[in-house]
Amino acid sequence: MASAHRLKAARAPWGVAPTGLLLLGAIYCLFPVFWVLIAATKSPAELFSTSTLSFGTGFLDNVTQLFAYRDGVFWLWAANTLLYAGGGALLSTAVSAVSGYTLAKYRFRGRNLIFNLLIGGILVPSVVLAIPQYLLFSKVGLADTYWAVLLPQILHPYSIYLARVYATAAIPDSLLEAGRIDGAGEGRLMYQVAIPLMVPGMVTIFLFQFVAIWNNFLLPFIMLGDDGKFPLTVGLFTLLQSGANQPSLYNLILTGAFLSLIPLIALFLTMQRYWKTDLSSGAVK
Amino acid sequence: MRRSGRGAWPYLFLTPAMVLFTLFLAVPIGYTVWLATRRTKVSGLGLGRGARREVSVGFDNFSAALSDAELWHGWLRVLGYGALVLVVMLGLALLFALLLDSARVRLARFSRIAIFLPYAVPGVAATLLWGFLYLPSLSPIRDVLEIDFLGASTVTYSMANVAVWGGTGFNMLVLYTALRAIPRDLYEAARLDGASEIQIAVRVKIPMLTPAIILTTVFSIIATIQVFTEPSTLRPLTNTISSTWSPLMKVYRDAFVTGDLYSAAATSIVIAAISLVLSFGFLRVVRNRAFGEG
Repeated sequence: MASAHRLKAARAPWGVAPTGLLLLGAIYCLFPVFWVLIAATKSPAELFSTSTLSFGTGFLDNVTQLFAYRDGVFWLWAANTLLYAGGGALLSTAVSAVSGYTLAKYRFRGRNLIFNLLIGGILVPSVVLAIPQYLLFSKVGLADTYWAVLLPQILHPYSIYLARVYATAAIPDSLLEAGRIDGAGEGRLMYQVAIPLMVPGMVTIFLFQFVAIWNNFLLPFIMLGDDGKFPLTVGLFTLLQSGANQPSLYNLILTGAFLSLIPLIALFLTMQRYWKTDLSSGAVK
Repeated sequence: MRRSGRGAWPYLFLTPAMVLFTLFLAVPIGYTVWLATRRTKVSGLGLGRGARREVSVGFDNFSAALSDAELWHGWLRVLGYGALVLVVMLGLALLFALLLDSARVRLARFSRIAIFLPYAVPGVAATLLWGFLYLPSLSPIRDVLEIDFLGASTVTYSMANVAVWGGTGFNMLVLYTALRAIPRDLYEAARLDGASEIQIAVRVKIPMLTPAIILTTVFSIIATIQVFTEPSTLRPLTNTISSTWSPLMKVYRDAFVTGDLYSAAATSIVIAAISLVLSFGFLRVVRNRAFGEG
């Protein structure tokens, strides 16, 4: 009895304190999102007159106004973001999966060198790359195009690393050997054996890369001049720059910020089980 | 895997990655280094053909970058900001990860999702939200607290708060994932020896987490040194952030406002070098401490 009692006391040192601390953290993290939801419902007049934490009546007006802003440039930003993040993450996942599988399952001269080179890219700060990338893109006439934002974000060293870890754990060598004995070529082995087994890991890689590109600001900010090609991050930035001194534009900025959060939060909540930072277990539960 | 007789296949499979590596990593790095050692030389009035020539100047741009007072102020600001962000963000991430992992927590799933949620909010949007929350006319916080969040003495903390808000969840997830991978029987053994949850956390879990803590710290150092989005986004809302607040902002200004690509290239190499030195320095210190290696 005594020892059981001691065990129980040891497990709950401060009763509800751990739960309380975590809930405080949760409130801190949700609060700005909740607040912008409220602020986006307010008309310009309500924004400054009503209580900061009560809902307003202007949400639909704000949305209409935002979509009318400069002939619907907000829509364009949203579509561009989807293109950059979706297309970029798709290409990135494909390159990472193929590279990771090759590095995990083949022995060949230069394997470690290539792996170390690719992984070394993690340590290169993007600042060293963005400016020369811009200059090089201008030289070939591709600055201020969709390519200038898409192409530099395909190679993602950490994704290659994750793909290699995942391939090591998820693809049994015996399966590849069996395929070879049956006479399958290396290309077919990859498409029909390796890639299908790597799909869950690839979903995770895709999600992280999608978020990284969606959230990227520096590269499109440097590469693009024409605001018709902006992603949401750069668009919101310019909206804030032009609207910071005009409180009448605040409702547009806040509504834009709120709307830009919805897709990612939705993706985030629906794909919960794929948000993993450790792929070595080999399978998603 | 037993023989190397797959011929050219592995190389073929790695071609896309290597082409991208060359075009978007190796060549730009080389180009930056090259630019950093050049400068435009103007002869005469700078008019006419050949009056402006690009010449090699060796390490001049680097010594200029290293003796630039404005840049040093930027470094000091980012050092203060970065130390704050690293300690608070990683401290909270570790605390939350340990709490989530302890047995007696209710609503753990909800808290985990909520704390990870800011990861899905772009830096620009996060700064924008907090920026408006700092404005006296809009902020429910200002209703309660009489603090000028955007004043000269407070703006660093306000900016650090944005980074902490955005980064805690991701780091928490990395640490939490690493915690779940620790075999549970280790704790049972400690519990039978009479260790409390807190003792287990400090003596068993944190030492086991060391690799993950090192990883998150190095990544956070690299990210913090390059801080750009938060101060740039907050700038329109306050006049306490200069256009050269952080070293990267100065690089941007040099390259695209002043048009001095050579200085920008030299400064960006200095930034890269400092972040590498700090990362490796941190790794060394930690290794010596944790594993007693010379």
